[in-house]
Formats: sequence, C-alpha cells, structure tokens
Amino acid sequence: MDLSFTPTEEAFREEARTWLAENVPAEPLASMDTPDGFEEHRAWEHILFDAGWAVVSWPERYGGREASLVEWLIFEEEYWASGAPGRVSSNGVSLLAPTIFDFGTPEQQDRFLRPMARGDEVWAQGWSEPDAGSDLAGIKTKAPRDGDHFVIDGQKTWCSRGAFADWFFCLVRTDPDSERHAGLSYLLVPGDTEGLEARAIGRLDGEPGFAELFFDGARVHERYLLGGEGEGWAVAMATTGSERGLNLRAPGRFMAAADRLVGLYKERADSRGPDLDRRDQVVSAWMGAQAYRWQTYATESRLRDGAPIGSEASFMKVLWSELDVELHATALRLLGRDGERADSSWMDGYVFALSGPIYAGTNEIQRNIISERVLGLPRR
Amino acid sequence: MDFSFSDDQVMFQEAVRDLLANECPPEVVRAAWENESGRTDGVWTALAEMGVVGMTAPESAGGLGMDETDLVLLLEEAGRAALPEPLLEHTAVGIPTLAEAGGSVAEAWMEQAAAGEATLGAGPEAGYAVGAAACDLVLLIGDQVRAVLVDGASLVEHRSIDWSRRLFEVDGEAVALDADPELAFDRAVGAAAAQCVGVAQHLLDATVEYVAQRYQFGKPVGTYQAVKHHLANTALKIEFARPAARHAAWCIAVGDPDRSRDVSLAKALASEAVDLAARTALQCHGAIGYTFEYDLHLWMKRGWALSAAWGDAAWHRNRIAAALGI
Repeated sequence: MDLSFTPTEEAFREEARTWLAENVPAEPLASMDTPDGFEEHRAWEHILFDAGWAVVSWPERYGGREASLVEWLIFEEEYWASGAPGRVSSNGVSLLAPTIFDFGTPEQQDRFLRPMARGDEVWAQGWSEPDAGSDLAGIKTKAPRDGDHFVIDGQKTWCSRGAFADWFFCLVRTDPDSERHAGLSYLLVPGDTEGLEARAIGRLDGEPGFAELFFDGARVHERYLLGGEGEGWAVAMATTGSERGLNLRAPGRFMAAADRLVGLYKERADSRGPDLDRRDQVVSAWMGAQAYRWQTYATESRLRDGAPIGSEASFMKVLWSELDVELHATALRLLGRDGERADSSWMDGYVFALSGPIYAGTNEIQRNIISERVLGLPRR
Repeated sequence: MDFSFSDDQVMFQEAVRDLLANECPPEVVRAAWENESGRTDGVWTALAEMGVVGMTAPESAGGLGMDETDLVLLLEEAGRAALPEPLLEHTAVGIPTLAEAGGSVAEAWMEQAAAGEATLGAGPEAGYAVGAAACDLVLLIGDQVRAVLVDGASLVEHRSIDWSRRLFEVDGEAVALDADPELAFDRAVGAAAAQCVGVAQHLLDATVEYVAQRYQFGKPVGTYQAVKHHLANTALKIEFARPAARHAAWCIAVGDPDRSRDVSLAKALASEAVDLAARTALQCHGAIGYTFEYDLHLWMKRGWALSAAWGDAAWHRNRIAAALGI
C-alpha cells in the first residue's frame, strides 16, 4: 500500500493543470443541449484532442497518450477543478468506446475510435423504449437480417442529445421471434440512415436535450454489428459497467463541485454569519466526494490486480448520483431566496443532478443489483 | 497510488481471522461480558504469541516494527469478531505513542508491552479509558499525553451498554510524555474507524444470512425489495467507509499533512456506517434481534459504543469543517 502519487503521476498532474489553465475558455459555453451549444462543445473537443487531452488513457494510434487509469483519474480531478466545459463526447468515449475496445473488430476500432475521440463523430445512446426503461430486456425494436443488412423498425427514446448526434449505439432485436435477453444485437447506426428520424424532446430544463428515434425500415450494414449477432445483451452489460462505474462520472467532477460548495459557504458566511446546520450539510457533501475518491482509487488497485469491475459498479452509480443531488440541494439552501434564480449555475446543476438517480439504470435497480449480485440475496 | 496490501499483510489478516473465529466465538465474548475484567481468557495471549499485540513495537524491543497500514486489516478483523481486547488502546495507540516519546517511561514499559506481558490503556483526557483496571499503564490524551500508573491511581468505573467495555475515569500521578497528543488521538480515531468497519461488516453479513433463511409468506424475507434495499444501503455505507479508513491508516503511518482531516473523514464515515448497520440488522432480524439471548446485540452494542468513542460522526464533521476553513 502506497497512497502517494509517483513523481510520474505528479508530473502528469502538473502538465494537465498547466495546459488547462492556459486553454480552458474564460466564458462558459452555451448549453450542450442546444444546437449552437452542441457545436461549441464539439469545437472544444477538437481542441482537447489536438493537444492530446481528449482520451488520455487510450492508445496513441487513436489519439490517446496511453496514460494509466490512475493518471486518467488525476486528469479528471484537474479537468473539473479547472472549470472546463462538460464533455459532449462522453457517451461515446466513456460508454461505447470501452465496449468497442472489448468487442469491436480491428476494422471497427480503426473506423470509429479516432473520430469519436476528436468529436468529429458524436455518439448518442439508443436503448430505452417507451415501454422498456428499467426493464431493458423488454425492448421491442426489431432488426431482422436481410442479406448483409439489418432492417430496423421501432422506436427509441430518452436519447441524450439524439437530435444533434452523428451516430447512435442501439440495442435491437435481430431475432424478431426472440424474447427477453436472447436474440438482441448491438448495432452502430449512422445518424443519416434513411428511415431514421430523430425528434427532439424538451427536458426538465426546457432544452431539447432528449430525442426520440423513429426507425422505419432503416437499413444498417452488418459491418456495424458490435459483437456477435444475438449476443447484444452481453455486449450491453459491458457498457452498463462503464456507465455506472467510474468511466462516466469520475470522482474529480464531484470533488470540484464540493470545493465550489465549500467556497459558496464561505462567501455566505462572510456576509451573513455562520450557519452550523448548513455547514454540516456542506461537510457531508465534501465527505461524499472524498469517500468516492478513495473508493475509486481502491477499486483501481483491485482492477490492476486482475479483479473484474462487475456489479460493484452499482455502488459507484448510487453514490455519485445521490451525492450530486445532495451537493446541489445544499447549495440551493445556502443561496436561500436566490436559489430559484434561473441564471444560477447551481440550479442548472441541481436540475441535471436530479436525472442521475434515473439514468444509467435507476437507483432502485442498482440497489436490487447490489443486494442480489453483490450480497447474494435470493431473487425470489 | 496503490491500495493493494502485500501478500504478507493479507496472510497476517487471514491468520488473525482464523484465530479469532476459533478462539473468540460469541460464547467467549459473552463470558467477557460477565467476568471481572471484561476481557477473554486467553485470546490476548494467543494474539501476543502470533506477534499481533506487539506488532507496532520496534524490532529492537521485541516487536515486529510494523505500522498502521499493517494493523488496519487486523483492526477490521477485531471488529468483525467483536474482540473484547485492547488492540486499539495497546497496539494502535499505546505502543506507538511510547515509541515516539522514548525516555524513561518507554524504557520501563516497551519490552513488556511488546511481549504482551504488560498492558497499555488509552483514553481521552476528558473521557473514559476502556478496561483501565486491567492495564498497567494508561495514556490520557488531551493537550498533552500523560502516562498514569494504574497501580495507585484512582479509578471510577462506569458500565457501558457493551458490558465488555469497562469504562474508567482515571486520575493519578502522571508523567507527561514527549509525544504529539494530536497524533496519539488520531491513532485512536483511525483504529476506532477500522473497527467500526469490521463491526458493520459482521452486522451486514449476519443479516444477509438471516434474511435468506427466514421465511414469511412462504418465501425468504430477503426476497422482499424493502429488505433488500435496507441491506444495499448498509453495504453502500461500508463500501465507502472502508477505503477511507485504510487511507487514514496510511496517512498516520506516513505523517501525511492532511492526516487529522482525513482521519476524521474515516471516522465520520465509519461511525455512520456502523450506526446504519446496527439499525438495519435489528430491523431486518425483527423480534429475535431484540433479544439478549441472540448474539446480534453483541455487535450492535459494540457498534454503538465505537461509533461514539473518540468522537462521533458529528464531532468529526465539525473537525473537518475547521480543516476546510469553514
């Protein structure tokens, strides 16, 4: 056990911090859930990529710098502490890419990873359907094979930034007679496919950040099948491990938010005097971020020793999503009557945080997974 | 950055776990509840023979020269077994503090303490020293660390809800040690946090086992989502307290500049975890858990005691607030 950072890791942190200090836009970008903001965020991804910071842990041939997982966690700490913009490419980079590394053919890896990393192709997830949310195995969208193509008919929904995205990673039923977990396949679908229409839906914040996808005889070539035909469930479960665990929401994001919350408390206390109840809530939120940090580094060590991430990712998902709500709710309480102001980044953050316990598998589902797969409680 | 324990550390943990499983079953803990000292008949000696009791003493004094990162897993095991022995006071606090202080007190006691022939107690100056009557020397930790010889000291005993924890107010002629009182305090806090994690883990494991075999309405109560989610919430608290407690041990071992803040982080998280584990364990056991005959309460009460000892969660949150400058 040695919980200090090596000189190499410290040098990496310093390099990241210096670059970010010089390059992070001074003014916040427009919301990435609007057409203009989406393109502003895409341009920022180009800048990150060209400087070698978009995907630090990836192989060099795809634009990475082969950083270790610890270095990636360090990068995330520095990235969010610097106040840099949200990552519009994150659903591709954090969720789909690990799955492509594990299941993709060399041709698929060469085709997709680099443009994804640069933000030239931004990906959105097409999994949920109107009648299949938590019960993902209940999806009905069909995609039977026709020669060397799959023909998709059906509907996907709650697709984040689906109205602006270039590509979709979809879970579909390639065996139309199958049920539940069998007969599913993982298809990569170009956004300009004929017979695919994406319609924006306003999210809770009023921005068109959601989309519904309508498939009407959309033909997708078999070279875009990720993993085996009919093996989509297993491939999808690899993605959920990334979605729930540390890939999508590294501790650095919450550490930075907790530090800002401490700063907010100081400001308020300076002008209005101390408020010990609220101070305690601030400390609790700070503690949650730190707890996540150490648990993540401990998990990284286990992964390095060869342990699989497995169902333990559900611990992380519940922790960070509920921490995020607590943290922003505490900030709004500190702001008092100013909390409701729509120009407050804390209110925006709160509204976004509220989606956390719902997306990527609701926290009720995560608690079922923890109790059944980690603790081994009987299913029925 | 590496959280992995060495093979030797893991083997030591497994050896202690096996020893406690054999030598410190609930009957032995119960016997300590009822006897004169509050301690077991023989487990401390067995731990001394294994090298655990004196592991933090320098090798020159007959110890193993180990530090908090070696000890933390054993403290978790002590909690898991509800061990009624002074591993915290003697091994985690007493010996390292004496070693730091040096001087005549260390010279007089270190070798005996390392061999387990003399027992060191510890307590906060404004609080209780657990098991002081069965110790030889007690360290009182306040603005300074003061060593009080038990022989000749005035001891006022109070009962704990955990009958194996004999609580003493200690007063007597004291020698001030040349040791950092905040470090001594943090050693105790860090050790209590690790023990809380172990107690919580046992409460969770015992409850998982119980709800899987307790049938109501024709199926195990552990199939019901309300029960599952209580247990998942408890598992979550433990999952995030444990790495913090191990990190705190490392901070103590290396003298990290944020040591006090991060030891408080560990104790606050571990106290919250064991509080929830005790509450969940009782609720999911139902009436059987509410009896004195059933063993569950041995761990519940140890959990309540350790949660509050050396600063409860709220106390440590306040300490963190001060460290954050708010």
